Amino acid sequence: MNLLTLAYKNLKRRKIRTGFTIIGIALSTWVLVTLLGFNKGYEQSLNKDIDAMGFQIVLTAKGCPYEAATLMLKGGTGLRYITESLFDDINKDMEVSAATPMLMHAEFDPYKGENGGTIVYLGVDNKTYPQMKSYFEFLAGNWFKNANAREVVLGYEAAELEQREIGDMMLLTGSEEEFTVVGILKRTGTQDDGMIFLPLKTLQEVFKKQNLLTMVGIQLQKEVNATAYEDKLYEIPDIQVVSMAQVKNTIISLVKSAKVIVFSIAFIAFLIAVFGVLNTVLMSVFERYQEIGILKSIGALPKHIFAMIWGETILLCSGGSIIGIVFSYLFADISENLARLFLPFAPNGSLIMLSPEIIITAFTAITLTGVLGGILPAIRAAHIRPLEAIRSDN
Amino acid sequence: MSSIITIKNLCKAYQRGSETVNAVNNVSLEVEQGDIVAIVGPSGSGKTTLVNILGCLDNPTSGELWLNDKKIFEAGLSLSEKELTLIRRQYFGYIFQKFFLLPTLTIKENIMLPEVFGIKADISEQRAAEIMDLLGISHRAEHLPSELSGGEMQRVAIARALITNPKVLIADEPTGNLDTKRTEEIKNLLIDLNRKQGITIILVTHNPELAQIADKVLFMEDGKIKE
Repeated sequence: MNLLTLAYKNLKRRKIRTGFTIIGIALSTWVLVTLLGFNKGYEQSLNKDIDAMGFQIVLTAKGCPYEAATLMLKGGTGLRYITESLFDDINKDMEVSAATPMLMHAEFDPYKGENGGTIVYLGVDNKTYPQMKSYFEFLAGNWFKNANAREVVLGYEAAELEQREIGDMMLLTGSEEEFTVVGILKRTGTQDDGMIFLPLKTLQEVFKKQNLLTMVGIQLQKEVNATAYEDKLYEIPDIQVVSMAQVKNTIISLVKSAKVIVFSIAFIAFLIAVFGVLNTVLMSVFERYQEIGILKSIGALPKHIFAMIWGETILLCSGGSIIGIVFSYLFADISENLARLFLPFAPNGSLIMLSPEIIITAFTAITLTGVLGGILPAIRAAHIRPLEAIRSDN
Repeated sequence: MSSIITIKNLCKAYQRGSETVNAVNNVSLEVEQGDIVAIVGPSGSGKTTLVNILGCLDNPTSGELWLNDKKIFEAGLSLSEKELTLIRRQYFGYIFQKFFLLPTLTIKENIMLPEVFGIKADISEQRAAEIMDLLGISHRAEHLPSELSGGEMQRVAIARALITNPKVLIADEPTGNLDTKRTEEIKNLLIDLNRKQGITIILVTHNPELAQIADKVLFMEDGKIKE
């Protein structure tokens, strides 16, 4: 037997108290790991979503920038329009390496889900859009044959929802025409998975939006300064310029303020856990006052008593941390779903990303703080005088 | 026979408010190697204070304490807690009225507890088995203290004291919590330990029957020995 085994066996004396203390530490660790994981996961998923758009800048009709951001990321309603001539002007600009016109159209489908839902169509140019979204891969089929084809390409989730395969005919909600499914995309983990793509001209014609666009996606030449170009675009009247960097910063700043509050709560939970450990170990020292005196009388030196009590703290903190880490892995999906409920905007992909660095950071932070908190009771125990302890009534 | 413990003019005074209490008042005595010495007397006579100083659990206020030929205390010299512990580890084993066994350790683990504190004595499972055999508690080795009777628990406490091969066994009211039958068992055990192992025993007791086993009985009153 060694001092750590002795410490472990001491903790088994008050199983309920030890259990509650460990649960307190586990909950703190769970919160900390989840928050650190969220910190990393949210930013990475947001970056991935924005990078997956394939555009550096998006032009929309003037309106609320947050609405514009939502429109781009999720597909929105109450859309405003810009004209095709604007796209032609931008496309001719030497600073632009590629541009693609898009028309988004939303229709309410009363048969979607239990209470109906919105179906979003995206009209895209069959030449420029596939180039800018070069990372798209097809599960089956390909893009439209020509710009006026009565054909659709379905995102992965849209195909699953509609239960369509290549060659199937599909009546689009809001129109009276049937379209052939010519392509089904592989899962991208972005909003494109739920999209129904049509040739731009076809969508304009079917939904009577001739010469109208909702967005223009722009990629700049490598040497062009994006900020300077954005400034130039701002001079065009009635145009909203949204750079992906702006979108990212806007969303991150929205979420950052929420994170500060949550981190503060986590810090308080963390402090409560540490004081819980301190209280448990200190109580245990007071309760074992006589016993510690006896241990000293049979030969324990102050360093042995210190190590024994400190060992109890280390076991409590490390045990609680490990359980908390397991919790955070087991319940990551639940935490993520809860976070999605309360966040103003949640990107696709994993919101909570747990990594070895996060686990090590949380484990070290909790255990180290607990261990520091354990020094006081350990010192008190080490300084108990055997004679006084043996003489005491308790 | 040579003296294992010698005290000369030993005093221990406490301050209780404005009053000075002379718990041990100018006591001198010699304890021979292999003796059983019983200290008896009324409550508050200073028995426990004296035995605590003899067992290096406490410093005297004045006087001298010698262990074998080594001077441990002298006037004006006070040992630190660590120094006292190191002396205790070398010389003494203790038995108290309460058994103070750790409830989550088995009997064998309780007996071998001093090993955890790095006492460099011949502590081994074999020695623990021998001691348990000697004290008749071998069949309880893997049991927890809560499963034992009071007499058995005191035997375990004695075994724990013996595992470090102490030169002197200090027993402060060792039968204070036991009934007559168990007291008789412990009494016989102490006699056996003294005769067969040659261990010096210093007993503090209120029990005249237990005091009868002693080679020397010291009666204490008001901090002084009246032989």
